[in-house]
Amino acid sequence: MTGLAIFSLFFCIALLGLVLTTGRNPAFDPAMVRLQEKLRPPLSRPNLETSRPEEVPRLGVYLFGTDDLGRDVFARMLQGAWVSLTVGFVAVGISVIIGIFMGGISGYFGQNHTSMDTLIMRFVDIMLCFPSFFLILTVVALLPASMYNIMIVIGLTSWMGTTRFVRAEFLSLREQDFVTAARALGVNHWRIIFRHMIPNAMAPVLVSATIGIATAILTEAGLSFLGFGVPPPHATWGSILSDGKRFIFDAPWLTFLPGFAILIVVLSFNLFGEGLRDILNPKLRERY
Amino acid sequence: MLSFIGRSIVQKTITLFFVSIVSFLIIHLAPGKPSQVDPLNPKFTPEIVERFRKEFHLDKPIYVQYVYFYRDLFTGKTVSWKDNQSVLGKIWERFLNSLPLFIVGTIITWTLSFPIGIRSAIFRGGLYDRSATFFSYLLISVPGFFFAYVLIIFVVTHFHVPVIGLKTFGIGDASWLRMIMDRVWHLLLPSVLGATGGIAILSRYVRSQMLEVEGQDYVRTARAKGVPEEQVHYKHALRNALLPFVTMFGLILPGLIGGSVIIESIFSWPGMGRMAYEAILARDYPIILTVNFVSAVLVLAGTFVSDLLYLVVDPRIRL
Repeated sequence: MTGLAIFSLFFCIALLGLVLTTGRNPAFDPAMVRLQEKLRPPLSRPNLETSRPEEVPRLGVYLFGTDDLGRDVFARMLQGAWVSLTVGFVAVGISVIIGIFMGGISGYFGQNHTSMDTLIMRFVDIMLCFPSFFLILTVVALLPASMYNIMIVIGLTSWMGTTRFVRAEFLSLREQDFVTAARALGVNHWRIIFRHMIPNAMAPVLVSATIGIATAILTEAGLSFLGFGVPPPHATWGSILSDGKRFIFDAPWLTFLPGFAILIVVLSFNLFGEGLRDILNPKLRERY
Repeated sequence: MLSFIGRSIVQKTITLFFVSIVSFLIIHLAPGKPSQVDPLNPKFTPEIVERFRKEFHLDKPIYVQYVYFYRDLFTGKTVSWKDNQSVLGKIWERFLNSLPLFIVGTIITWTLSFPIGIRSAIFRGGLYDRSATFFSYLLISVPGFFFAYVLIIFVVTHFHVPVIGLKTFGIGDASWLRMIMDRVWHLLLPSVLGATGGIAILSRYVRSQMLEVEGQDYVRTARAKGVPEEQVHYKHALRNALLPFVTMFGLILPGLIGGSVIIESIFSWPGMGRMAYEAILARDYPIILTVNFVSAVLVLAGTFVSDLLYLVVDPRIRL
């Protein structure tokens, strides 16, 4: 439940961050360049003689310091929080939808009409043959950089696990009585799959989706670190890290702050997912 | 058994064929052309671009290019578009660099995760289990590049050990003992970094498998018969818990190519990951396609080996 708590905190912070940093005159401006205030440590006051009044940070102190162009790191982290959240959720949303669809069809029409099942499973095998980070890197490097491309690509390369889980669940659910009853009543195939069987097969999907969000956030941070993320000046945690790696001894807060932030957020999603798995899986409980 | 092997090989060859088509399509259908790499270079006149396109068959339709590429690949004549060296030669050289990293990383991962996982399972809920679980979560969640920099700072400032690259620049002709030590120092940090994520995941999996097996009836029978605890754990429970790991062993083969781009970039390690990354940036299609092909071969070979091992090890599987 710690995971859930941290995750809700993060969600609120990200929403707040989005509200506070966008618009023409945002409360915390992530893009304001103040070249006279480069690399100031966290919790340091701005030099009031040399800053114009609109350059002074809202709270009167640089909460997380400034980076090498004098931008307020606190504002950039808030802006990046929203990107991480969106990329994680949308990418996993896409992969779960594709996975449920493919897994459902493949599991339901399994033994009877083997061609569909074999086709989909072969397609899964083909997609598994590509090293996923390379595939994402290839597509992101070749397409124009934008947040939506990254989300769609990460989603399109991680549906394979969900498909396998859903198919396995469907193969066992298919022999249950409620499915036989539905067939006997004349309910058509698609309705059975989507209305009756999928809600029962969601347990492993939920677990893998939560852990998938964590992986998607890490992947997006890695891509930003390599330079292929959301284009500048939009800040993401990975790009703050990547800009800060040149100043690692002079300005360690540029490395440690986004690093710890990513760590805590991903940790919370992982804990949440593992908690879900422990609740939903009776085999791993303590034997009384 | 033989029919299984035969069927498996045929299916995997068909999959390989489709993988080659899909990877070819992905690369060629993406926007941008290889001749667009350096638009500001004054030497890149339109005539040179034309010659470039003719030489590498870029003006022919896609299926013709496909046939040309794979014919060249199988006769070993594919050349990189960036520096005109043989692709297979480049891959082999980088592979020899990636290999020690991969071997050391795998050894560290597999030798450390089993004891940790088994002990976590035996003393479930105790202090060891809870702290091992906490560290596993931490290691899974930490972003690789962040952890790499933290480790580099720590190791360099406290132990004064060189970390970047394959060997120290300017070491010249030191004694061979010094050179071996130097190589080991350089090898240590990247492989430890690569191993940490693996240890976290693998030890959790070992723990959950051991827990599942220890709950079985035959373990309870062995205890009831008075078999000493050690024998119960190692002779009865562990052997059955190890089953999925034998098959997993075959699947680590693809990790050879995977070899993290990020770790190799940070440590300037001239491995295959970085070569593929640079090829993607330079739109060097032969290298990208060949690396994809080799990686697909490794994945399929890995699954094949793990299927075979599963057949051999588990007597309940009959074909």
